[in-house]
Amino acid sequence: MQYLVSVIDATAGLATPDEMAAIDVFNDRLVADGHWVFAGGLAAPSSATVIDNRGGEAIFTDGPFVESKEYLAGFWVIQAADLDVALKLAAEGSKACNRKVEVRPFLDE
Amino acid sequence: MSQIDVREAVTRAHRAEWARLVAVLTRRFGDLDIAEEAAAEAFATAAERWPADGLPANPGAWLTTTANRKAIDRIRRENKRYDKQREAQLLSDDDPPEPLGAIEDERLRLIFTCCHPALALETRVALTLRLVGGLTTPEIARAFLVPETTVGQRITRAKAKIKAARIPYRVPSATDLPARVSGVLAVLFLVFNEGYLATSPGTDPVRQDLTAEAIRLTRLIRTLLPQDGEVAGLLALMLLTEARRTARVSATGELVTLDEQDRGSWDAALIAEGHRLVRERLAARVAPGRYQILAAISAVHTSARDVRDTDWSQVVALYDQLVRLDPSPIITLNRAIAVAELDGPEVALAAVDRLEPKLAGYHAFHATRADLLRRLGRSQQSRAAYDQAIELAGNTAETAALTRRRDQLG
Repeated sequence: MQYLVSVIDATAGLATPDEMAAIDVFNDRLVADGHWVFAGGLAAPSSATVIDNRGGEAIFTDGPFVESKEYLAGFWVIQAADLDVALKLAAEGSKACNRKVEVRPFLDE
Repeated sequence: MSQIDVREAVTRAHRAEWARLVAVLTRRFGDLDIAEEAAAEAFATAAERWPADGLPANPGAWLTTTANRKAIDRIRRENKRYDKQREAQLLSDDDPPEPLGAIEDERLRLIFTCCHPALALETRVALTLRLVGGLTTPEIARAFLVPETTVGQRITRAKAKIKAARIPYRVPSATDLPARVSGVLAVLFLVFNEGYLATSPGTDPVRQDLTAEAIRLTRLIRTLLPQDGEVAGLLALMLLTEARRTARVSATGELVTLDEQDRGSWDAALIAEGHRLVRERLAARVAPGRYQILAAISAVHTSARDVRDTDWSQVVALYDQLVRLDPSPIITLNRAIAVAELDGPEVALAAVDRLEPKLAGYHAFHATRADLLRRLGRSQQSRAAYDQAIELAGNTAETAALTRRRDQLG
């Protein structure tokens, strides 16, 4: 089963070198233990563009689709047997990146 | 067998078999929803059939077989293409022999799933009372004075989350067990406390249905985890508290404080059982957790035949131990009440006053202050404190007692 682990940030800051090092160690472990699917850090929300092509002509809007104090700063997609395993990994991820994270399951097949 | 006897047999079977039935069905079908519905239907069928057909030789096995069929019926209804082979396998597995240990393990899985930390606390309470306790949604709604639809939605959402997020149906690993057991005990303690001192004016001040249910479930956990000190501690605490239940509300509906209770009306059997558990924990010589310390405090109180015989230094020493584990202002407040007996109301009042920034919105803080001020002869300040306590208290019996004390001030 796959889970999305979203990294929630409120400070608009990039990861510090210490945080990056801790994230690397955590990522290596995810790979070694077979939990790794994908992960990535995102550029600031201000770099986002919203596209709506439901009406026949694509409309582009500058900025994120929702303005909020907290935003998605990055994410992991992990493979875990159940929520207990996912929560444990997410707790380690939160410590490594020094930010809050949210765990959400992908729709089961 | 008379109709009444049969009806009682159904009720008895419900108490004894509900959790096991839901647990076994969940294990077999991998779905709490199907398990709960099938168990409920099996009991409905029993209520209908047993009076006419007579009591089955083995009610538990009868219920399991019936519930199993109901579950398969539902799966068939919902999914016509349901795998025939799997169906045949489930049908042939109708009533497999289950060793006692395995059944206990099944119920334990169910409790841990209902009390999973990824669920909100009020959801855990509702889910535990429904799936483990066998209370109906209207019963839970009445117990916590929330609309039935709210309870129904909480349970439905929780079951959906358990399924979608794959909250595991198992007993946690040894490393996680202490934290997870304490989560289960927190749910049971909450149910008990709501029964012991209902927080709302719209209900009976003491809800025996809830205290009894909490004790029953804690006893179940105790049989499942007999070595766990905190489980024993919580059970002892509940028993020693429940023992005083009838003495706690006067004939006129007032809450009677510990010092004014008729100790002769305390339940001696419950006290003896509670004391046995406390002694067992003392003999274990393992550092006690909060429930064990609270139980020990309760044991000191229930050992005194007269309030004047209370070993207050022992009570204060136990509170000191508790404060080290849990330095919360409420524990400090309760410690101060014991300090008043040992070192006098003036010393206690100073300790209580220091808690004001944290407890100004809590009725017991004002009630304690009012009592200490009364004993110090500071009537005017005492009256003001009683007024604040009365305004904040929700329990009708407590409000009545506070009002009388206020009105008796000189």
